[in-house]
Amino acid sequence: MPAPALENRVRHAAEALDAHVREIVQWHFNPETGCEFWLNKAKGWTFDPRKEVTSFADLKKLPHFEDDWLRGGPVRRWLPRGLAGKPVYVFETGGSTGVPKSRLQVEDFRIDYENFSTTLSDKAFPKGADWLMLGPSGPRRLRLAIEHLAQHRGGIAFSVDLDPRWVIKCIKRGEVQEANLYKNHCIDQALTILRSHPNIQCMFTTPKLLEALAEKIDLTHYGIKGIFCGGTELTPQFYRFAREELCPGIDFVPTYGNTLMGLATHKPFDPADKYEVIYHAPQPRAVVEIVDPDDAGKKVEYGQKGRVMLTTLTRETFIPRFMERDQAIRRPPCEPYPWDGAGNVQPFAGMGQTVVEGVY
Amino acid sequence: MLHIPILRSGKPYESIDKIEILHHATGLPVAEVSQANSGMISRDVGRMDDSILEQFTVKELLAMCKKAAGFFMTGTLPVGDQKQTFDDYVNQLSATTGMPHSYCRGNAQKLHKTLDEMNVIVAGLTRGFDPSILDQGYGDDEGRMLSWYREGRTFGAVLPSNSPGVHSLWLPAIALKCPIVLKPGREEPWSPLRLIEALCAAGVPREAFSFYPTNHGGSSTLLQVVDRAMLFGDAATTKAWAKDPRVELHGPGFSKVILGDDAAEEWEKHIDLIVSCIAANGGRSCINASAVWTPKNGRKIADALAQKLATVKALPADDPTAQIAAFANPAMPQRMNAMIDGMLPGAEDLTQQHRGTPRLVQQGRVAWMLPTIIWCDREHALANREFLFPFASVIECPTAEIPDAIGSTLVGTAITRDKKFQRALMACGHIDRLNLGPIPTWKLSWDQPHEGNLFEHLYRQRSFQMENA
Repeated sequence: MPAPALENRVRHAAEALDAHVREIVQWHFNPETGCEFWLNKAKGWTFDPRKEVTSFADLKKLPHFEDDWLRGGPVRRWLPRGLAGKPVYVFETGGSTGVPKSRLQVEDFRIDYENFSTTLSDKAFPKGADWLMLGPSGPRRLRLAIEHLAQHRGGIAFSVDLDPRWVIKCIKRGEVQEANLYKNHCIDQALTILRSHPNIQCMFTTPKLLEALAEKIDLTHYGIKGIFCGGTELTPQFYRFAREELCPGIDFVPTYGNTLMGLATHKPFDPADKYEVIYHAPQPRAVVEIVDPDDAGKKVEYGQKGRVMLTTLTRETFIPRFMERDQAIRRPPCEPYPWDGAGNVQPFAGMGQTVVEGVY
Repeated sequence: MLHIPILRSGKPYESIDKIEILHHATGLPVAEVSQANSGMISRDVGRMDDSILEQFTVKELLAMCKKAAGFFMTGTLPVGDQKQTFDDYVNQLSATTGMPHSYCRGNAQKLHKTLDEMNVIVAGLTRGFDPSILDQGYGDDEGRMLSWYREGRTFGAVLPSNSPGVHSLWLPAIALKCPIVLKPGREEPWSPLRLIEALCAAGVPREAFSFYPTNHGGSSTLLQVVDRAMLFGDAATTKAWAKDPRVELHGPGFSKVILGDDAAEEWEKHIDLIVSCIAANGGRSCINASAVWTPKNGRKIADALAQKLATVKALPADDPTAQIAAFANPAMPQRMNAMIDGMLPGAEDLTQQHRGTPRLVQQGRVAWMLPTIIWCDREHALANREFLFPFASVIECPTAEIPDAIGSTLVGTAITRDKKFQRALMACGHIDRLNLGPIPTWKLSWDQPHEGNLFEHLYRQRSFQMENA
């Protein structure tokens, strides 16, 4: 059980979440402000969500969001009328074969990363320092989001060209050497940037690219003070290996995020967690629940493994109760994050097919 | 519980990520095994002292191998944080793999022989030149200057769980001065660990050994970062590395017994030999025959084989008469059985007819696949299959067509006195190892290369001249 002070914060966070749900549901299902997709969807329902959904728990009245709805166009059906006329970005996820999923955004990626910025230490991620973005380029939210994070903190982000779809194609075809050559090509670009721009002190990268880069150089020697790492599964053993061997002395910040949710921050390092990376979603803008894979209405007990269910609640995007392709251990609220966490996130074993993870 | 650590250049490392390996029959954990993350493997291999064995002459290393042979068979050696006698080794190996004790002991004898006779094996691989040439880098070989240098500074092996005898294939690397990086089979860390400990007890520096239990991604990393490697796996696993000459592939064998017209007439004389080729050592190896090709009497041969093999029973691993292994993962035989049944139309399972019972036997969480003889034509889907149990198809084909038709064959035992047919088989590029005469497919002469010559894999000959001092 949480301590009394934390218990109060948990209750307040839950109340704030309920209020936020009411506001977001009002926005998305109001004909003046909602988007074509949700307004049409609601026409097929026997209830009015603006009247019936008054708390987070009430979202159970809505069907599970299906990510296939995000494939293909017209993408403007997702743009809330209340945001008409604003500059719009489209970000893609997936797409190594077939039609990728798209999410329209106006400001969300900026808001998410500005909020995330407050969790970074100024010592390890100094204001005014430049960044290396050693991650996916192209139509990915992450590339622009990192750039915004760097700018928000007064820096400039240097990026590489990296097409994760090509890597996944190589791996699916069994062309391991080709994928490896491509990885080396990305590392070469990163090395060129690091050698040319001495003000780079922070970076984003994925676990595999970090391993490959740290094989070539001592990152401390190149002035790196903080690494923000995510994009693929990050195991406790990798976390330990990163802290002890790959980048000792550098602040290593693991994250879990995706185009649909935004990004979750991790519980501050505690030896008692035995290197388990525990993420907390950016509530109330997004909520992660760890549920029984066979009954999504039921959360698993703390310490038990379940499937990750995501709800995104912003004015730009409404994604209720989406069953992610990940599983995690349900972890209790902690001091900085008075809501549930997700520990040891990994691809969901019950999907019936192997998830191909590339360098990203 | 017994913990098996990673060995990072000989130093034990306990990972956060561990798996439990279970007793195949009881389902109880036998040990927990630390798992390496792939970054650890690439980082360590890049930092290995690849000259660690250069301090010894080949002769000294051969002597250490001989000494290690004794430790392997009789010593009490460390296994993780505990001690292991030879009997403990057999019990643990059998427990997690389901192999009969007799099979474990038989394979251990092979490994002992490899270590004990390493001088013969190395001489076979090098074709007998004076091994001091490898110490000095050059030397006189029957009046000719000969120079070799070690191109494989590090050597890795991704190993299987199904057949401990295969460890004899990487062992010569030590005598050839090459430090090794091993990824054991998931259920079989026992044999490589015991071999490492026996070699260390005999004086080989621990730093020469790295041992990384890991997942598929870790295996792939290992193959990428070592200079030369050996990969054991099924067709899907080995296919990804088919174009990489640094990696020596040990995939399915599709080994065969081939009868000439003369032997096919007197087929009764050869039935026991063929049964042995199919079923020896539990029929789990790539050197077990998975097909019999004959120009005539195919149906009669198949029937006689089926009659003999239908007597094999599913017995517990510690039964001294057990001939086949149980499967540690019962889902695997279920899948194989369903696959065979799905492909069976157009062919006949003659063993099942003789036995009167299904080939899949399940008792609790244990499952066995009983020997299976299939009678079919050469185009049938089951004509060229290999499984992890005694399985063979019998194919009728004119001798003139056999060399072109048999396809990839790791070991071909050809029984015939027909010189013309013998010459045709000698010229056949499909056959990797050819036995002429009634020699079991599983009987290997270890002084000859097996799916590649490890010495030539690790070393490269160079032209060399030196001015006299």
